Amino acid sequence: MSVEVWTTLLVILSFMLYLYIGWRSRVRDSKGFFVAGQGVPALANGAATAADWMSAASFISMAGLISFLGYDGSIYLMGWTGGYVLLALLLAPYLRKFGKYTVPDFVGYRYYSNIARVVAVIAAIFVSMTYVAGQMRGVGIVFSRFLQVDISTGVVIGMVIVGFFSVLGGMKGITWTQVAQYCVLIVAYLIPAVAISLLLTNNPIPQVAFTFSDIVPKLNQLQLDLGFQEYTKPFVNKSMLDVLFIAIALMVGTAGLPHVIVRFYTVTDVRSARYSAGWALLFIALLYTTAPALATFARYNLISTLHNHTIQEIQQLDWAKKWENTKLLTFEDKNGDGIIQLTPDKKTSEIGIDPDIIVLSTPEVAKLAPWVIALVAAGGLAAALSTASGLLLVISSSVAHDIYYRMINPNASESLRVMVGRIMVGFAIAIAGYCGINPPGFVAQVVAFAFGLAAASFFPIIILGVFDKRTNREGAIAGMLAGLIFTCYYILGVKFYGMQPWFFGVSAEGIGTLGMAINFAVTWSVSRLTPPPPVEVQEMVELLRTPGDEPPAIDELDEEHLD
Amino acid sequence: MNEDKRQAYWRANTGLIRNLLIVWAVVSLGCSILLVEPLNNLRMGGLPLGFWMAQQGSILVFVGLIFTYAVQMDRLDRKYDINRRE
Repeated sequence: MSVEVWTTLLVILSFMLYLYIGWRSRVRDSKGFFVAGQGVPALANGAATAADWMSAASFISMAGLISFLGYDGSIYLMGWTGGYVLLALLLAPYLRKFGKYTVPDFVGYRYYSNIARVVAVIAAIFVSMTYVAGQMRGVGIVFSRFLQVDISTGVVIGMVIVGFFSVLGGMKGITWTQVAQYCVLIVAYLIPAVAISLLLTNNPIPQVAFTFSDIVPKLNQLQLDLGFQEYTKPFVNKSMLDVLFIAIALMVGTAGLPHVIVRFYTVTDVRSARYSAGWALLFIALLYTTAPALATFARYNLISTLHNHTIQEIQQLDWAKKWENTKLLTFEDKNGDGIIQLTPDKKTSEIGIDPDIIVLSTPEVAKLAPWVIALVAAGGLAAALSTASGLLLVISSSVAHDIYYRMINPNASESLRVMVGRIMVGFAIAIAGYCGINPPGFVAQVVAFAFGLAAASFFPIIILGVFDKRTNREGAIAGMLAGLIFTCYYILGVKFYGMQPWFFGVSAEGIGTLGMAINFAVTWSVSRLTPPPPVEVQEMVELLRTPGDEPPAIDELDEEHLD
Repeated sequence: MNEDKRQAYWRANTGLIRNLLIVWAVVSLGCSILLVEPLNNLRMGGLPLGFWMAQQGSILVFVGLIFTYAVQMDRLDRKYDINRRE
């Protein structure tokens, strides 16, 4: 069977599985819709969190980026895993104990203020919208590359699938589909990695081959011969301070992303929240420790297959021709000697490689069977769809739960609340789909926003909300605003208005770290200059800290404490 | 749970968190970024140690830290007789 037939078959099979799970887990009540009835076991929540977290970017782009950045690519590896330690130790257990539905919910109650709630809602929606547009785009690209439908059709198919299980099943449907999607995506990632590892090093375990075989020393030598820096040499593309700031911003941003945090509301108790963070990171680590191995294998393989070969030789390679057609791989014999050479300088280099093709082309480069190539396509779709669905639910619950139920119509019945939730999911899908089909030109540039803003807004005030009883409404609002405004100003200035990165050359991606520090400082000092929070709120914090007692009776906080 | 016990439980919890976060920072920010150049003079298999820490070691330590916290907290919960299954 051809690659196209296999791909169609595997994609349809995996989609039918997601639809079936969505149908089986349809819900009627708001607790089921927003937090899956708080009945998800730790292990399942770990897998769901891993799929929720690993997006099209992790699956398709990350290994490629690392293979171009060498050591400096470690910021993504550490940044997107280290945050789970912060999440597991500082946030997840307490938010689970709090036991409500959303992140703005916690902010609103802890800081007895609807202003704080609204600031949190806006930040949550903004962060999630930026992120989800990229996911829908990823769905469209995978469809167009592997199945030759155009990107718009691909996006619409993706919208229908996500729409079905998230409108019907809410968080419950999303959770169990994400578990299935994790299985699909991890198998799809590992099989080609194992195969190329065997091919190059005779060792089937990529992590072991990466560490103990001679592939990296050989790659280092190859890079030096071509005039590049050694692959393992640190701080080639970014300064040490910039690497440090970006790594911290990504870690803290990860811990502050609402679609990740909200997953910990769905487990059965505080103890499960602690363990499921561990399972989540273990599942993520499976892919994240494979990615740097894959990055070196693919780079070594590409250089040795392409460099110093004649154009005729390269054109006999089937996969090289296929990728050349997509313009993501280009050859041009600039000095006219009939031989293709790779050089560090873009102007003289005769090979152009887009980082995105590293993962997608590996199975073909390693001459694997067509069904493996098809599996990679299905895996890419699983990664994009699972992340998109988690984000859509955050957007829906922010509007349906925090704005509509908490602020506009507190007397809304169960069925009305679920109905508003479903409508908002549909609405968010439509906007996300539109952005996927007509991507605003700045999408790639605003990704820095999602992490920077999550780091500078949520993270400090949630931590202080649990660990410092004295933190009050005034401090939290001032801190969130200060962090958000500073970070926005710096990112917008550097990315769009040609401002010099004046803070010691720290780039827009890393400035969220400073924004977070500002938020901490402002929240702490303003809280100490203004009256302490009401006694009920201090008692609630006390209860959050001990897992065993009754959950805090926040519903008894009467309306006069909510401004 | 009475007030004294509650305070003791919280102190034990925050102490544990502090220790684990020190390990977290030393491994990720220290060994993998700030000290990567001196560490690269040592080897882990075929790789410079600092590079290996940044791309493999730190991630493995992160996983270990979270499970350590969960297990230690189980122990603490038992010691303070906290009813874990609500």
